[in-house]
Amino acid sequence: MKKPLALAISAAALAFTSAALADDPKEGGVVNTIIQPEPPGLVLGMVQNAPTRTVSGNIYEGLLRYSTDLEPMPQLAESWEVSDDGRTYTFHLREGVTWHDGEAFTADDVVFSADVFHRELNPSARAVLQHVESIEATDDHTVVFTLKQPFGPFLISFEAGTFTMVPEHLYAGTDFRNNEHNDHPIGTGPFKFSNWERGTVIELVKNEEYYEEGLPYLDGVNWHIIPDGASRAVAFENETIDVLPSGTVENFDIPRLAEMDNVCMTEEGHEYFSPFAMLWMNNREGPTADKRFRQAVMYAMDREFAKDVLWNGLGNVPLSAFGSNARFQNDDLEPYDYNPDRARELLDEMGYDGEEITILPLPYGETWTRWAEAVQQNLREVGINVETQATDVGGWNQRLGDWDYDLAFTYLYQYGDPALGISRTYLSDNIAKGSPWNNVEGYENERVDELFNEAATAFPDEEREALYREVQEILHEDVPVGWLMELGFPTLYRCDVKNLVTSGVGVNDGFKDAWLDR
Amino acid sequence: MSFFARFAQNRGALVGLIILLLIIAMAILAPLLFPESPWRMVQRPFLPPLSQDGFPLGTDTMGRNVASGLMHGAWVSLLIGLVSTSVALLIGVPLGAIAGYYGGIIDDILMRFTEFFQTIPNFALAIVLVAIMQPSITSIVLAIAIVSWPPVARLVRAEFMSLRNREYVEAARLVGQSNTTIILRQILPNTLSPIIVLASLMVATAILLESALSFLGLGDPNVMSWGYMIGAARTVIRQAWWLSFFPGVAILLTVLALNLVGEGLDDALNPKLSRER
Repeated sequence: MKKPLALAISAAALAFTSAALADDPKEGGVVNTIIQPEPPGLVLGMVQNAPTRTVSGNIYEGLLRYSTDLEPMPQLAESWEVSDDGRTYTFHLREGVTWHDGEAFTADDVVFSADVFHRELNPSARAVLQHVESIEATDDHTVVFTLKQPFGPFLISFEAGTFTMVPEHLYAGTDFRNNEHNDHPIGTGPFKFSNWERGTVIELVKNEEYYEEGLPYLDGVNWHIIPDGASRAVAFENETIDVLPSGTVENFDIPRLAEMDNVCMTEEGHEYFSPFAMLWMNNREGPTADKRFRQAVMYAMDREFAKDVLWNGLGNVPLSAFGSNARFQNDDLEPYDYNPDRARELLDEMGYDGEEITILPLPYGETWTRWAEAVQQNLREVGINVETQATDVGGWNQRLGDWDYDLAFTYLYQYGDPALGISRTYLSDNIAKGSPWNNVEGYENERVDELFNEAATAFPDEEREALYREVQEILHEDVPVGWLMELGFPTLYRCDVKNLVTSGVGVNDGFKDAWLDR
Repeated sequence: MSFFARFAQNRGALVGLIILLLIIAMAILAPLLFPESPWRMVQRPFLPPLSQDGFPLGTDTMGRNVASGLMHGAWVSLLIGLVSTSVALLIGVPLGAIAGYYGGIIDDILMRFTEFFQTIPNFALAIVLVAIMQPSITSIVLAIAIVSWPPVARLVRAEFMSLRNREYVEAARLVGQSNTTIILRQILPNTLSPIIVLASLMVATAILLESALSFLGLGDPNVMSWGYMIGAARTVIRQAWWLSFFPGVAILLTVLALNLVGEGLDDALNPKLSRER
């Protein structure tokens, strides 16, 4: 089947969906929520931390927004077209959009943001922009991106946190990092920055001039800063806080809080990031260098148990390298089900002699410690002689950067597309000492390199899919790393906060559509 | 009156000894009663005590048998207590003996060195040492030994200072015995009783220190100790009281027993000083 290459989604479609979602929304009210930890700054693009994305995604906007299925939705761009060769992307901007200071938002702002601001400050946008040959404003409301060659994930890189639109009239020609407006961010979003009391609260108020009719419903959003985890849980229990974004309370508190009256929980709203927990396995030396050993580890681990007991049953046990939220998942692969006997067979076959190997837990708190204990026990039960080495964050970074480990826990964001969040773990040119975030396991496979590189620039999607399916088969067989879980990071909220999670980044841009039924 | 009769006169000490023997029995019987690793996830998590056969104390956050953990933990706690105390004695006794026997500049140097350790809070130093050396049984034993030898050194020094001018020591010197012989054969045996009493209390302190370190997550991640059990249970104390209660009681009883035994030993070894009862 041949799909139409040119995509055009009208604003009417969006108006229809939001009307369907919101049954008779009420206006007004302020939502109290949590931001943890306190962000270092609020200007997206200049600051990339997760808490900045969460707060500022409601102040700033990108050209596109993404559904929980990671389909692009209109935001500042109301429609877009892709040329037949996959090299030219034309965005038609919404008219009548103004910045929070009253200036009009135009195509020049887009060109400035992408070509100047992000190229200078933003490494994750830069990774995408290296594929871009030119960015031109053909008129006030049309921007054309011309790519050097097709780049599959291009359309999924316009999320506000990655590719924020910043006002040209305030930033052009200034020293970005010391710009006076950094303390008072100006965006186009549904909420305006009002006040930031350091260590206490960040207050956002309704943007009365917002371009979408009737939105936002809320009068404001207050992001409270409460450094202690137990106190955050208590603040939610005693109803000071209405919304707990994912990751703001400890895992073991979640079942208790979720069982309270008038408390709802959703697992949606993290599909764009979809954190993927993995077990690094050192492919260079020791028993872990043997493919059969790595397969045995996969069979030995009871991943369903870890999901049910440690992650409250939330999340998903992946088939192989591509998670369920990544595009182009090959679901014909045979799962590595919990099968200790198969693991023992594989170990016998390779002649494992009981050589001691070590496991480094991720020093991110109780859940990860317990997880390492469970995996250690799983491995011991099939006869692998494994010792845990406790370490702190610095030690963990250093040992992974120096490749001084046998097994180690980690988790990585998938960013919706294999070329953005997955290939980096397996490409051999991504092997470099000193960083715990690249191809740390030292996996080298020419065919895999070829397939990943080809797939990133293949066009259209059918071509990419075929390449990615093949790469998954090879990875599934070679097991360069252990695939533990796609983590479920639930958002907890009072049930009278309606329509909170409407996109693949959850509360990061969710307060736009939210309303209070009080 | 025999040694044991004097010891048994102190009823508390007798009770302490019985508890201690029970705990030692627990440690020895652990591998027989629970041959499986205490880390093994055997049942549904969070089973309350007595709710199911074979799990008298319930299961923990991961479905591990609390009773098994408690018994295997006894062995770990006693081992750490005894070994670290022995190491502390190996450092403290010679230093104290040399300082007390020779006096003068040697005494000054050694005592300033000792004071250097005494001025740093025990627990803080232990944390730093374990963190630097990476948590493992060896590093924990060493850290506990390093923070607990100074009192031994001071005690032994004081004993040596009071004994070094006794007639029998001067006699030994007159006969031409070497300093080493005098220290090891003449004075040291006479300082043993206070050292033994102190050591029994040090074992108790060492167990507490190990528990505190494990509680903070600085325990050896490969051994199930009581402190680890409490530390891991702390986060779920509102859902599952039994996870921290039983290991807590075990630590309390062990430390109490060791203190009682220490007191009994004191009475038995120093009959003249013992209080009238």
